[in-house]
Amino acid sequence: MEAPVNKKLSAEEKIELYRTIVGIRRFEERSLRAYNQGKIGGFLHLYIGQEAVASGIVSLMEENDHIITAYRDHGHALAVGMSMNECMAEMYGKHTGCSKGKGGSMHFFAPDKHFWGGHGIVAGQTPLGAGLAFALKYKGLKGCAMCFLGDGAVNQGSFMETLNLVSLWNIPVVFVIENNGYSMGTSLKRSSAGENLAHRADGFDMGWEVCEGHDVFEVREVANRAMTRAREEHKPFLLEVRTYRYRGHSVADANHEKYRTKEEIEDYKKNKDPINVIKNQLLADGTLTEEQAKKIDQEKKDEAEASSKFADESPVAPREEIQTDVYWEVDNDTEGKLKGTYFFNDV
Amino acid sequence: MPLITYREAIKQALDEELARDENVCIMGEEVAEYNGAYKVTEGLWEKWGDKRLIDTPISEAAFSGMAIGASALGVRPVIEMMFMSFSYVAIDQLFNNASFCRYMSGGLMNIPIVVRGPANGGTNVGATHSHTPENMVANHPGLKVVCPSNAYDVKGLMKTAIRDNDPVFVMENTLLYGEKWEVPEEEYTIELGVANILKEGTDLTIVSHGRCAMLSLAAAKTLEEKHGISVEVVDLRSIRPLDEETIINSVKKTNRAVLVEENKPFCGVDAQISHLIQYRAFDYLDAPIHRVSAIDAPQVYAKELENWQIPNEERIIAAVLKCLS
Repeated sequence: MEAPVNKKLSAEEKIELYRTIVGIRRFEERSLRAYNQGKIGGFLHLYIGQEAVASGIVSLMEENDHIITAYRDHGHALAVGMSMNECMAEMYGKHTGCSKGKGGSMHFFAPDKHFWGGHGIVAGQTPLGAGLAFALKYKGLKGCAMCFLGDGAVNQGSFMETLNLVSLWNIPVVFVIENNGYSMGTSLKRSSAGENLAHRADGFDMGWEVCEGHDVFEVREVANRAMTRAREEHKPFLLEVRTYRYRGHSVADANHEKYRTKEEIEDYKKNKDPINVIKNQLLADGTLTEEQAKKIDQEKKDEAEASSKFADESPVAPREEIQTDVYWEVDNDTEGKLKGTYFFNDV
Repeated sequence: MPLITYREAIKQALDEELARDENVCIMGEEVAEYNGAYKVTEGLWEKWGDKRLIDTPISEAAFSGMAIGASALGVRPVIEMMFMSFSYVAIDQLFNNASFCRYMSGGLMNIPIVVRGPANGGTNVGATHSHTPENMVANHPGLKVVCPSNAYDVKGLMKTAIRDNDPVFVMENTLLYGEKWEVPEEEYTIELGVANILKEGTDLTIVSHGRCAMLSLAAAKTLEEKHGISVEVVDLRSIRPLDEETIINSVKKTNRAVLVEENKPFCGVDAQISHLIQYRAFDYLDAPIHRVSAIDAPQVYAKELENWQIPNEERIIAAVLKCLS
C-alpha cells in the first residue's frame, strides 16, 4: 500500500479494485451453479482464488496497453470491463454472448477493450502476446502487452521460443505466470524443474521477479515496475505471481482434493483470500465501511444473477451464423468481389 | 513482355507491396541479411532495412504466433517458411490461432498474414522436407490457400494475398523458382478463387494445381501430338476458395476427368474435387474419375525413385489413356 503507484489511488479507485475482485468471484460462483444445472456446457475453468492478479494488473493498463490470456479468462475479461451479461451469455452459448456463442468459456474476446482472448491451448497465446507488443513497437506507440499464462505453460516449447525472441528483439511484453501450483492435477514439484519459474528468464538475459498474488496492492506494485520498464525501454519482463485456485483445474476436475489436501485449500481461504485481504486493508485505512462492503457484495451478486437470467432468456444464434465470422472477406463482401467457393457442404 | 523467373516474380510482388503499404513486413529465417535460403528475398533487406525485413531465429512457432498477434493490431506480416514442411512445428499457431481466432471472437479479431514458402517434393531431400500441405490448410475454415504454377500467377496471387484481410498460404515450389514466364511490367493482381484454363480441349479434363499443372500441360501437348487426344487443362490456382464452376463446366463439356496433384492421395485436394465432380456432374461422366497423386508412401530419398513417386508426364499420360479406354 505504501508504494507510490498505490498511494496515489483515490478512495474511489481503491473501492473499484474491491468491486472488480468481488464481481469476478460472484460472477463465477453463479456460473458454477449454471454449469451444475447443465446450462453451461464444455469446460469451466474457474479463477476463484486468483482474482487479485488480473484485477491488479488490468488496473495499471494505459491507453496503448493490450492484454491476452489463456483459457482461465473470466477474471481478465471482467477486469477489462466486459459485462457480466455478454460473458455469461457466451458461456450459455447464446447469440448475445461476446463471441455470439462461438467461443465459449475459454475464448472470450473484447478487442475494443484491448483484450485479445481467451486461448484454449496451453501457451498458445504467448507468441500472440509478443506479437501485440511487436506491433506497438513497429507502429511507434508507447505501450506494452500483458500476456498471462499458467504455471503449466512454462514447459511448452512455444513459450520458451517466445522468451528468446522478445529478449533478442526488445519487445515490450510482460509475461505474467499465474502460478497456482498445479498444472491441471500435477503439482509444480512434479512438473517443473527449478526453484521458481521466473528465473528461467535468466537464460534469456531478461528481467524477472516473483511476488504474491493474494494482495492486489502488492501485485500492482511489482507489475507497475515491469510495465513501466516495458513502455519506457521496450524491455520484456517475466513476472511470476504466486496464487491459488480453490476449485479444480476445471469443474470437471473432481479429483482436486486428491492431488492436494483439504487443509491446504482451507489454509489459503482463511489466510490469503484476495477478497478478505483487500477488504481488511480498506476497512483498516478507512476507505471502506462494513456496510459499503456488504452493499457492493450484494450488488455484484444481483448483477451475476441478472446476467444468468439474461443469458437464459437470450436466443441461440440462428444456424446461418455457423458460417459467419470465418472469413473477413466473405463477411464484408460489399462490392461482390468474391470469387469461388468458400464453404464446402453439399446441402 | 519480359521473361522473368518465378523467384523474381515473387520478389517483385513483395517489393511492390512493401512500397505500397508500410505495415507490410517480411519475417522468417534467413530472409534479410542472408538474402533468403532460396534467394527469393535477395536485395530486399538492403533496400528496405531491418524494420521491414526481419531475420528470425529458428523458431517457427514463435515467429508465426508473433506475426498473428501483430496482425491483430494492423501490421501485415508476410512470413516465410524456408520449407512449408517447417510449418509443422508451428501448427498450433497456424491451425488454431490463425484459422480460428476470427471465429472464436465472433468476427472481432482479424488476422491479415501471409504464410509463404516452398511446398514440394522432387528435390531429393527425403520425407521431412517434401510436404505439400495445401490439403491440410484447406481443411481449416478460416484459412485460404493458393498454389501458383507459374511466374505470372505467383506475382498476381501474392499481391492479392498480402492485401487480403484473412490468413493466406502461398504454396511455392523450389523446382519452379528458376523457371521463366512472361510477366507484364505494369501492375496487376489475380483474384483468389479463379481457376485458369491453361489449354482448351474436348476429350477429357485434367484438373491440377501448382507445378503439376505445368506437367499436365506438357502431357496434354504430348497426348495431342502423339495420340490425337484433345485434353483441357484446368489450373486451379486457388484451392480455398475454389473455382467450382470452371471445373464443372469443363467436365460437362469433356465428360471425363483426370485429377493430378503432388499431394498423397488419402484426403488430398483431389479427393474433394472428385467428390465435387460426381456430385455436380454425375450424369455427364462417361468414365470413372482418375487420380494421379504422389505414390502413397513417405517421400522417398533416392532421386530415381522420387521422380517416379511424384506425378510425372508418363504417369499422367497413362492415366488419361486409361480414363479414355
